[in-house]
Amino acid sequence: MILNQISVFLENKAGKLSEFIRLLADNQIDLQALSIAESQDYGILRIIVDRPEATAALLREREWPCSVTPVLAVLVPDSPGSLTHIFSVLADHGVSLAYSYAFLSRTAGQACVVLRVDDNASAEALLRDAGAI
Amino acid sequence: MPREELRALQSERLVRQVRRVYDSVPYYRDKMNAKGVTPDDVRGIEDLPKLPFLSKSDLRDAYPYGLLARPLSECVRIQSTSGTTGRRVVAFYTQHDIDLWEDCCARAIVAVGGTKDDVCQVCYGYGLFTGGPGLNGGSHKVGCLTLPMSSGNTERQLMFMTDLGATILCCTPSYAAYLAESAIETGMRDKIHLKAGIFGAEAWTEEMRRDIQDKLGLKAYDIYGLTELSGPGVAFECSEQRGMHINEDHFIAEVIDPVTEEVLPYGQKGELVFTAITKEAFPMIRYRTRDICVLNAEPCSCGRTHIRMSKPMGRSDDMLIIRGVNVFPSQIETVLLNRGMPANYQITVDRVNNSDTLDVDVEIPPELMSDTVNDITRKEAELVEAMRAMLGITARVHLVAPKSIARSEGKAVRVIDKRKLY
Repeated sequence: MILNQISVFLENKAGKLSEFIRLLADNQIDLQALSIAESQDYGILRIIVDRPEATAALLREREWPCSVTPVLAVLVPDSPGSLTHIFSVLADHGVSLAYSYAFLSRTAGQACVVLRVDDNASAEALLRDAGAI
Repeated sequence: MPREELRALQSERLVRQVRRVYDSVPYYRDKMNAKGVTPDDVRGIEDLPKLPFLSKSDLRDAYPYGLLARPLSECVRIQSTSGTTGRRVVAFYTQHDIDLWEDCCARAIVAVGGTKDDVCQVCYGYGLFTGGPGLNGGSHKVGCLTLPMSSGNTERQLMFMTDLGATILCCTPSYAAYLAESAIETGMRDKIHLKAGIFGAEAWTEEMRRDIQDKLGLKAYDIYGLTELSGPGVAFECSEQRGMHINEDHFIAEVIDPVTEEVLPYGQKGELVFTAITKEAFPMIRYRTRDICVLNAEPCSCGRTHIRMSKPMGRSDDMLIIRGVNVFPSQIETVLLNRGMPANYQITVDRVNNSDTLDVDVEIPPELMSDTVNDITRKEAELVEAMRAMLGITARVHLVAPKSIARSEGKAVRVIDKRKLY
């Protein structure tokens, strides 16, 4: 499936992350996954939330730089080795991955893997054709 | 006028002017004596570098009458400028001074295609500010129908502009941009028949020029001047829109290194220095303008032989010397604006291990946000490269969150110099 991930610019300063998380909480936004790409001066916080459009609107209103990126998310069994097939299919077809992270799904026994690829639809089709998802 | 003849005219006028100020202004006489120069040492324009400079602080010290070269009974007007620091500048004019000043402004109007058939709307302020009176007088000399609007009251400006068919607009570039927006908003844009705009008295960029030209359907021209030298019309753009021709028969221009005070050749960037060779009441000899610019002596295709000055690129007071290189905050601003970045930036200069560091923080515009660090790093690298090309030294560029740069009274604090050198 395709999810709208929100990426947020956060300066590397004490309290910035906490300020941001509080903003989500104050607006009843449910955070499902969070990962951070860091550089020397700033970080990019990538999140999956229950209401991405409302979150993006809220951030824009607060002039908090953010972007919405459609990412490929696949559900896999929460057991050792279940990711092997996914990544080998992508590698075999030369699909390059910008980044990836995973979180536990709300369905018991399943994990959700977020994959940032150039072409979500064709990567998803590849995985489906190979029986990986 | 051919350059040779112009040079002879400048020499003749300079020699006479130097003699006159030496004889009639004790302040100049003392300065010249202190430097060991007498009028006999100045036999032509080649002797100009022998003369002492005059600076803003001299104007302050000699306020109000200390630099007056004619009796007050011969003066007919003052104009004044606020200046951001210190005392006001008060400049005096004889009737002859006003005539020459208005001639200079008339040349600017003619250079943009103005004739007696034009309707010239002047919305610079009238009064102590030189903008209104200067262009008003110039417009009269050309024979344009002059609309002496002064500044403000946008609704009335647009009403006169459309009802009376103004063809030439004189105001600050920011007001021109505002008039354009208002005309579009109120649906009056189609009733505007402006062909040219003469916009000065503040810094503006080429982007702003294009924007105003597109919105108002005119050609936008720059004009330069300062109260100390008379007012607008010291230099003005011609149809080429590539640099401002200096009225060299009245003002001799030099560019100097602001630190060493050494005269620089044409084409090199430095502080602009003017010598007014025809002014009577308030002559300025080698007046340091603090404006940084480049002089261009290449012939202009418009046919004028007077050299051209670039837009001022900054003020010598703002100049930073970083790793031995002269850097102006305005250059950094230009790079940012040219690359679609906001003008919210902060420059930090420091010295680490005996080497100067230059850091530029820029507030990230929302549209630049990406989900990968790579994209943002690439943008930073682009800015670093563009600044290196402009400044000749490397700056570290950091994108920071919007509104994170400290502002003082609404304006961002631009430069922090942490070096302790003195």
